[in-house]
Amino acid sequence: MGFGAQGADGLYRRPMLEIRREHWLGMLAEAWARYPLEACGLLFGAGGGDSVERFVPIQNESKSSRIYRLEGSEYARAVLAADKDGLDIVGVMHSHTHTAAYPSPTDVAEASKPLVPPSWHWVIVSLGWGHPELHSYQIVDNGIVQEPVLLA
Amino acid sequence: MSTVSVRLPTVLRPAVNGQTSVEVAGATVGEVVDGLISKYPSLESNLVDDDGHVRKFVNVYVNDEDIRFLAQLATAVADGDEVAILPAVAGG
Repeated sequence: MGFGAQGADGLYRRPMLEIRREHWLGMLAEAWARYPLEACGLLFGAGGGDSVERFVPIQNESKSSRIYRLEGSEYARAVLAADKDGLDIVGVMHSHTHTAAYPSPTDVAEASKPLVPPSWHWVIVSLGWGHPELHSYQIVDNGIVQEPVLLA
Repeated sequence: MSTVSVRLPTVLRPAVNGQTSVEVAGATVGEVVDGLISKYPSLESNLVDDDGHVRKFVNVYVNDEDIRFLAQLATAVADGDEVAILPAVAGG
């Protein structure tokens, strides 16, 4: 298993995430809006891809400053609405309120669960250091690779 | 017995010949899940555990409602309902 999406030629592309300025601002705004709880949301685009077309904030069902969980109706509604527009989940955003923008052991374990595609991008917004930081990762087979975030 | 459409997560679509959703008959979510597994046996280990419970990393919805907040597998379904199976997403 390689990092980065696999192209039709069978080669793996360099891991990266392409988002628009509105997604960047939307994710930072959501992290601040939910503080001191963790925020979370979904990134949609062409299935298996690296490019974000839509960011949808989703309520953190855990209502916690340490963990997050997507399991409410908002989650299903966002996915079914994206289906109708031909979009699929390409990544997940969540915030860290007190720690660095780096995947925690829990993040890695959850990203490695069976129904989670290895192509997903994991965006973490940290509010822990007084200014927001946004980084993106691919997590495959318990390994973490940070990837460049390109502003389209 | 109702017929519902079951929307599968990306990772499980190869097990149903690449379809996004499949039609399955059943009166409850439990019967729909059983029907799905009898049609596509390779789905079983990804959907239910040895005791027949939905696995923790699987979310099942009926028309946007999580069955954990309804009657779990006993949740009744009607003709035309949309059942969605999504990966549970969580972290710290």
